[in-house]
Amino acid sequence: MILVALLFIPLLFSLLTYLSGERYSKLVALAGSIAAFLLCLSLKQPFMNGALSPIVYVHNWISNPAIKFSLSLDGLSFMLVALTTFLVPLIIFTTFNKAVENARAFYTLILLMEFGLLGVFLANDGFLFYIFWELALIPIFFIALLWGENKDKEFRNRAIFKFFVYTLAGSLFMLIGFIYLYQHAGGFGTSQLYGINLTGREQSFIFWAFFVAFAIKVPIFPFHTWQPDTYKEAPSAGTMLLAGIMLKMGLYGLLRWLLPVVPQAVMLWTPLVIVLGVIGVIYGSIIAIKQDDLKKLLAYSSFAHVGLISAGIFTLTREGFQGAAVQMFAHGFNVVGLFFAAEIIWQRTGTLSISQLGGIRNVAPKFATVFMLVVLASVALPGTNAFIGEFLLLFGVYEYNTWLAVVAGLTIIFGAVYMLRMYQHVMLGETNTLTATFEDLNWKELLVFVLIIVSIFWLGLAPKQFMAMMQPSLDNILNYALR
Amino acid sequence: MKTIVYTSTLGLVCMLAEMFNLRRFILPVAVLGLCVIFGLNAMSWGVNAGFYHNMVMIDNYSVAFSGLLILLSLFIVILSGNFYKNEESKISDYLALIIFTLCGALAMVSFGNMAMFFLGIEVLSISLYILAGSKRKDVRSNEAAMKYFLMGSFASGILLFGIALIYGETGSFDIARISEYTEITAPSPLYYIGVGMILIAVLFKASVAPFHFWAPDVYEGSPTLTTATMATVAKIAAFAGFYRLFSASFVPALPAYAWVLSAVTALTLIIGNFSALNQDSFKRMLAFSGISHAGYLMLGIISLYGKTENAIFYYSLAYGVSSIAAFAIAIVVAANVGSEKFEAFNGLGKRKPLLSVTLTIAMLSMAGIPPFAGFFAKYYIFSEAVKNGHLALVVLAVIASIVSVYYYFKVIVAMYTKESAEVLFTVKPAYAFVIAVCVLITVFAGIFPSVIANLL
Repeated sequence: MILVALLFIPLLFSLLTYLSGERYSKLVALAGSIAAFLLCLSLKQPFMNGALSPIVYVHNWISNPAIKFSLSLDGLSFMLVALTTFLVPLIIFTTFNKAVENARAFYTLILLMEFGLLGVFLANDGFLFYIFWELALIPIFFIALLWGENKDKEFRNRAIFKFFVYTLAGSLFMLIGFIYLYQHAGGFGTSQLYGINLTGREQSFIFWAFFVAFAIKVPIFPFHTWQPDTYKEAPSAGTMLLAGIMLKMGLYGLLRWLLPVVPQAVMLWTPLVIVLGVIGVIYGSIIAIKQDDLKKLLAYSSFAHVGLISAGIFTLTREGFQGAAVQMFAHGFNVVGLFFAAEIIWQRTGTLSISQLGGIRNVAPKFATVFMLVVLASVALPGTNAFIGEFLLLFGVYEYNTWLAVVAGLTIIFGAVYMLRMYQHVMLGETNTLTATFEDLNWKELLVFVLIIVSIFWLGLAPKQFMAMMQPSLDNILNYALR
Repeated sequence: MKTIVYTSTLGLVCMLAEMFNLRRFILPVAVLGLCVIFGLNAMSWGVNAGFYHNMVMIDNYSVAFSGLLILLSLFIVILSGNFYKNEESKISDYLALIIFTLCGALAMVSFGNMAMFFLGIEVLSISLYILAGSKRKDVRSNEAAMKYFLMGSFASGILLFGIALIYGETGSFDIARISEYTEITAPSPLYYIGVGMILIAVLFKASVAPFHFWAPDVYEGSPTLTTATMATVAKIAAFAGFYRLFSASFVPALPAYAWVLSAVTALTLIIGNFSALNQDSFKRMLAFSGISHAGYLMLGIISLYGKTENAIFYYSLAYGVSSIAAFAIAIVVAANVGSEKFEAFNGLGKRKPLLSVTLTIAMLSMAGIPPFAGFFAKYYIFSEAVKNGHLALVVLAVIASIVSVYYYFKVIVAMYTKESAEVLFTVKPAYAFVIAVCVLITVFAGIFPSVIANLL
């Protein structure tokens, strides 16, 4: 029951937000998302002692086909729910500095999005998962379409629409996969699907139906073409939701709904997926080096990071899984921090072109410091959260194949190249007319960064507790994947 | 049985009211009458009976579809009050024709004899021929009526020919007798030809490719409310009749036509969806989208061995209510802006937020996006088709639904991202009511699908 409450708090508050009017809507939305976060924290107890003890809730929803309103919270889902409920209030808070047009619709959509995201991470029934998966797409489509800041509306419409069609196309194939599984298993629950016996050919069919859906969402090379433009065109809050939380849906889907269900096909296609992941790492990094647009650079860097995560998942090793889980978590904070920095630069200078900026550190020392810390976290400096994640991921890939690990390891070098070069061009050097009047952070912005930086170092310096919470559920998935 | 009799009576009452100059009361009477008929129809739930030597057979299937058709007609009647405002002297004729259309549709879903099926199709079609041409001074409306009439007459002729051949083979019009005959004797080629001809006629009425050529022009030329009637009541009745006829009496002939039906389904999905892409008129887009929905319904027909009536019923309901909502909004926009093109919807999101949300929900439902009814409709149809081994067709249908997102979203994008000049925009209460009810059904059927999906 507590899970239902957790899931429906955002939905309830989205309604309240809409009713509260233009002026108070953001406060109501913030209150609702913080309430969800507090409730989420209160659920952490069962996972602290390192046992697989999911909290479950089951209610018969639809009798034919047998679809249960079945929620389950284990260590892995808990981390993602915690990530979502922590980031959403933060993302809402980042918008407090500017006047949002048609505010109540904006904040209502953000909370609806949170509802969909929580549903995806909590669902323990494939069909329910699918519904929430689609449900999360509709609010973000409108957020990106209607509140984007680029002047070229036609281009924005096309970019956002491409994103929508891409992700919807992928998920419809997943629907066929679920229908097919249902005919064989007689249900959509994990208990029915994890034990299913299919021939190799059927497994491959299901594998691709699911994999395309997840790969588009993540995105994994070559399904990424929607991503850079969408990240650029969406408003910053939308980009943070997309990169910080939504892409985790795809990675979570791989772990929860793909690997344990069709293990033979996973074995068969693993080499291909790992290679695709590593290609994504290199390809994303190289393009990021060439980017002049700050948001696009961050988009490609995010693409490179998730390439490594998906490769790590498909190594089917303990370390690969651990690394993926930690990095999913870490990437959420880092990318939100980076995009928020980009948003601040955009608000104050009106440009995101790296070559036009420079010297911001001279006028805004506080901003320079916090931005530096977030940049260091994203290049996986030891002591930060991403270091733990990337180290484990590379270790997993190394166990799978030494040479691939060497190639994927270039990500650390490339990452340092483009991130530090970006930082140098944007923040260091001489101030110019655009940056001379750059105001330093106010307390609201500083608070957001402080929260992010605290979590960066907390996870980076004391990862053991976090990993222990996720370990039982990861082991459980790994057992099914290797059965 | 009562349902058909009372509906015909109501139609006659509408015509008589004209004679006694009671025009003012006619709309409330029609609405009330349809509500009563809806209730009476619901009371025959669970009854299994034949009337007049099994001319009419009442069972849960016919009651369920009758209920749906009555509901949709009720919506159309409510909308007609404002729609025919400028032609008050003719309102009784129009209402009578709409109710006679319903009468034909009811016969098409509850027949027990092919003569009754033919009568139903004819009553429905003739009323629609007249309604299509009801804008007498509009060339497009005249063209639509003429085209529909000529093509429809051919189809009726072919249908009669097919029925005659079946009679020659089996010696009966009764669908139960025909079925018994084929169980005992192996039918001759005449039987197969007869079934083929009936199939052509029914596919024509359901506007399934390659018999769909009349649909876009007729849909566009007819007054929008008539288009809504054709796209919902007529199409649903055609599919319900199709299913009843073939599942009751022509099952042995189906293997012979299996590949034809599969090809027709694939063709309909492709033509409907790809033609809808290039339309710049919202109404014409809805016409093509109606063709593509016929393709999805065909998936239910080709799997009819597996008892797909629930899937077909759910699909009909989801499609029917969201279509009515979309057409009603199209009428409202056309009345205020004076155009049926996509540009007419520009800036609607700012001017009428609630109306835009309802249209968005209708479009999302038609595109099959959860949690709306259209999603479960597609889900049920797809899963029946997968169960009966039509995996390739389902993959095609999924690709078709992805394509469909393009044209359904055209209007959403127009509403929310395009600007337009300020126009005084009013929505009549009757329209607001119908749109709200349709959208509520769309949402509730999506959240609690089992209520409807386990009906039959």
